[in-house]
Amino acid sequence: MRRLQKASWVLLLVVAVASLFASVLAPANYATQFRQAPNAPPSRQHWLGTDDLGRDRLSRTLYGTRVSLLLAPLAALLSTLIAALVGGIAGYCGGRCQRLAMAATDLFLSLPWLFLLILARAMLPLNVSPAASVTVTFGLLGVLGWAASARVLCAGAASLRNSDFVLQARASGLHGWRLLARHVLPNLKPVLLAQFWISIPVFILSEANLGILGLGVAEPLPSWGSLLRELESLDGFSGQLWKFVPLALLILVVTSFQMILSTDEVTP
Amino acid sequence: MRIRTIGLRLAAMAVTVLLGGILSATLVRLAPGFDADERQLDTRLSPESIQAIRQARAQDANILVFYARYLNRALHGDLGRSHTLDRPVRQLISERLPVTLRLVGAGLLLGWILALALSLTATLARAAACDLIATALGGALLCLPSAVLALLFVWISAPASLAIALVVFPKVFRYSRNLFAAGYAMPHVLAARARGVGNARLLLWHVLPAAGSQLLALAGVSVSIALGAAIPVEALCSIPGVGQLAWQAALGRDLPLLVALTVLVTLVTLIANSGADLANQALRTHPA
Repeated sequence: MRRLQKASWVLLLVVAVASLFASVLAPANYATQFRQAPNAPPSRQHWLGTDDLGRDRLSRTLYGTRVSLLLAPLAALLSTLIAALVGGIAGYCGGRCQRLAMAATDLFLSLPWLFLLILARAMLPLNVSPAASVTVTFGLLGVLGWAASARVLCAGAASLRNSDFVLQARASGLHGWRLLARHVLPNLKPVLLAQFWISIPVFILSEANLGILGLGVAEPLPSWGSLLRELESLDGFSGQLWKFVPLALLILVVTSFQMILSTDEVTP
Repeated sequence: MRIRTIGLRLAAMAVTVLLGGILSATLVRLAPGFDADERQLDTRLSPESIQAIRQARAQDANILVFYARYLNRALHGDLGRSHTLDRPVRQLISERLPVTLRLVGAGLLLGWILALALSLTATLARAAACDLIATALGGALLCLPSAVLALLFVWISAPASLAIALVVFPKVFRYSRNLFAAGYAMPHVLAARARGVGNARLLLWHVLPAAGSQLLALAGVSVSIALGAAIPVEALCSIPGVGQLAWQAALGRDLPLLVALTVLVTLVTLIANSGADLANQALRTHPA
């Protein structure tokens, strides 16, 4: 398992570096159209062929990977911070505050994730600029994805509240924010880290689902979701395997995250 | 005692749905373009008609009045009118809900049967290869977006309920596999096995009762997972259910329809979770 974990880290690193240097590695800009070669098969000029609009698929895959792989962790960071704020404070304060916060969390959890996402996405205009659509899509994932993590963090903070060392610190005169900042939050770090890692593949898959349904990142900016939308026009595998490269990359990356989560100590 | 528990549960459910309704109504009220009505641009309408439309809109300007009107209408069964389909939301839901319930029900049943069968086989066979294959299958399905799974099922013309089953399967499998492994490792189960108690008896009398409460809780959660998967599956497999309706409403920014659907799905999820909780309590009160 240790080898699999190492291989997963290496793969993630390679994919992340390749996407970071997309502007250097990609043969063309993601929006450049080669009008004389729409839907072209792989060639020396276009390694993964071109899409319906004649855009180089390799370039779009590299830029799309950058969008999905770098923004999903940012969304995960946002949701973990909200979860830490809601769950950590609720668990630390206990009593009515905890009950109220957990009731709000239950309300969020009772809504199926994708329903909540498309409801919130539909509230905002669909015909926004690509940059705004990226911010909206990943911002929504971060803002709406905190509930499950908040429950875990609330339980963790509640158990810390009654632990011996916190009681001793309280007896020594340490109260309020100082007690929270010095003793409770540092001990919640492993749980926070685990929730952060767990959220990343969930958000990558959610963005992909939204993208395929046409509710994700706006054209011409690519993301894994918008790249996978191309599969909808296929009748089947039909021998055009190069069109499945973005899907294969997504599966590889999400599998790597699963491998790291199942073998690493980030799981609480 | 049980009636009190059911009463409390129903009250909590009513409060949650009310809060969900208020939240949804707020979102509708605050959404961009709420005050606009394209009928105002219709040149065939007389100035009096346009004035009447403006006055009707102006009544909703006060957010509190809007809440009260929205909830009052909802309580009387009037969930509004769909802008995109130009039909009453209630009518649309009553037509499409049975389709989704059948699809989700069949998917849940298939997913649970597959997950329990594989997790039990993996636990009982004690063969590393069997466990590895089942875990790899579950892991692979976890890495696929449900929309891609739906597309695969369109290509191979397989029943859509199987796509829902394959979304539910990995989550149930992973959890039940761990529960059964822990159940079979309990000291009293090991002792019973050493005395020659058969596998079927061990499962029915010792392992399932211990894992039952957690499996029931998981059953409640799996309803939410299956309903979430119904959106891409119905949208991509062209099944006229609530999921497809929600997708069309999202693309058309048909907020009254989308909000009514979200409240409805919340209600179904809450009923499933509360049912699982009540069954759990009943099990604890009358253990096997």
